[in-house]
Amino acid sequence: MMGQRGSFTIILSFAAALALMIIPLPSWLVWARPDWLALALIYWCIALPHRVGIFSGFVVGLSLDVIRGGLLGQYAASYAVIAFLAIKLHRRLRNFPVWQQALTVFLILILGQLTTLWIKGMIHEPVPIIYFWIPSITGLLLWPIVFLVLRFIRRNFHVQ
Amino acid sequence: MVTDHQKDYLTGLRTTLSVVLYPIQAAVDLPRSGGNWLKETFSSRQQLQEENASMRAQNLLLQSRLQKYDSLLAENNRLRELLDSSSKVNENVLIAEILSIDLEPFTRRIVINKGDVEGVFLEQPLLDANGVLGQVVSIGAFSSTAMLITDPSHALPVQSLRTGARAIAIGVATDNQLKLNHIPNNADIKIGDVLVTSGLGGRFPVGYPVGTITDFVIDPSQPFAKVSAKPTADIEHVREVLLVSNAPPTFNFDATIAEQPVEPDTISTESNNSNTDGESSNDEGSEQ
Repeated sequence: MMGQRGSFTIILSFAAALALMIIPLPSWLVWARPDWLALALIYWCIALPHRVGIFSGFVVGLSLDVIRGGLLGQYAASYAVIAFLAIKLHRRLRNFPVWQQALTVFLILILGQLTTLWIKGMIHEPVPIIYFWIPSITGLLLWPIVFLVLRFIRRNFHVQ
Repeated sequence: MVTDHQKDYLTGLRTTLSVVLYPIQAAVDLPRSGGNWLKETFSSRQQLQEENASMRAQNLLLQSRLQKYDSLLAENNRLRELLDSSSKVNENVLIAEILSIDLEPFTRRIVINKGDVEGVFLEQPLLDANGVLGQVVSIGAFSSTAMLITDPSHALPVQSLRTGARAIAIGVATDNQLKLNHIPNNADIKIGDVLVTSGLGGRFPVGYPVGTITDFVIDPSQPFAKVSAKPTADIEHVREVLLVSNAPPTFNFDATIAEQPVEPDTISTESNNSNTDGESSNDEGSEQ
């Protein structure tokens, strides 16, 4: 990953997404916080599959685990799954119009969350089941914005 | 993941990573701390004078209470010496500030700005001015994470101040509440009873206020009463917390496990220890 153009930009975008994941929100909005980190990860997997992949997903997830203080590895696993799916589908996703991309991203997010839910279930961490899925829906709605912003960044800084 | 859940090998990795990630946490906290700084810098002279006056009044009040406390402490120690008891009341306190960042949405945890460097240790109790807040669950070099008593996987041995009855207070995920499990239907409970830490398990110091009972429901068809309590600590709004160390030595009781973050399955056996009531264990049997 190092030595190529724009590694710094990619890392910075992940850091910004990580900051958005822990920025305090009013309590009625907490449940709806979209998974910014997963959205950024999916974007980079689609745009640069040769540079950002499952391992990057794992590392990014691990940092989220540490920063949120949960079980070490739950997000790492789910982000690895997300990165795998995004890499697998990247050729198709590139040709989709944005709304169709958003639907696919929604499915990927759901599968990623399913992984987290499964792990949380194994360690008996109580999860309010309805609220748990809201981030996927907000992710679906916000995907076009994330996509356009990150594409602008990628083109502007010539990340290849 | 299994390793992290069951063993301690990964603590070092977590600590290292948390140091790397601390700048992000600090950056997210920046607007609030910067706002505070601006407010303090640009607040008017009159405001400061008013604040100073009110603080002086409060200080006077606290001083007078402290005098009484000192004499009581001396008397208590003297009486304990007479009884040859080993328990002494002396605790050191470290003040930490909560970083305003959100963590895992379904748990109740906070990040504080003191870590290994300042001498924070694992399982250290956390208080605010009004009562018990929680305990430290993981430590970084400059920050550490604490689990609040309202976290659903936190259980705290408590005692009713009025009757002396022991119980285990467990957090409720969805709102700022505690529930007391396995209280028999015929137990002596009243709304407004104050719960204090019982000190069983030796992790929390004895006698700090935990909560007041707000509601209890006795359903004859259920083996246990449903009791809920409201924490005395201002959990939702607190900014500064006290980290207590050098907790007085307490009794060695076999409820030690109760104070660790427990899984729901293990709680039932624990509280049988504390409610040593013949009926409660009978009911427990019929439930299973």
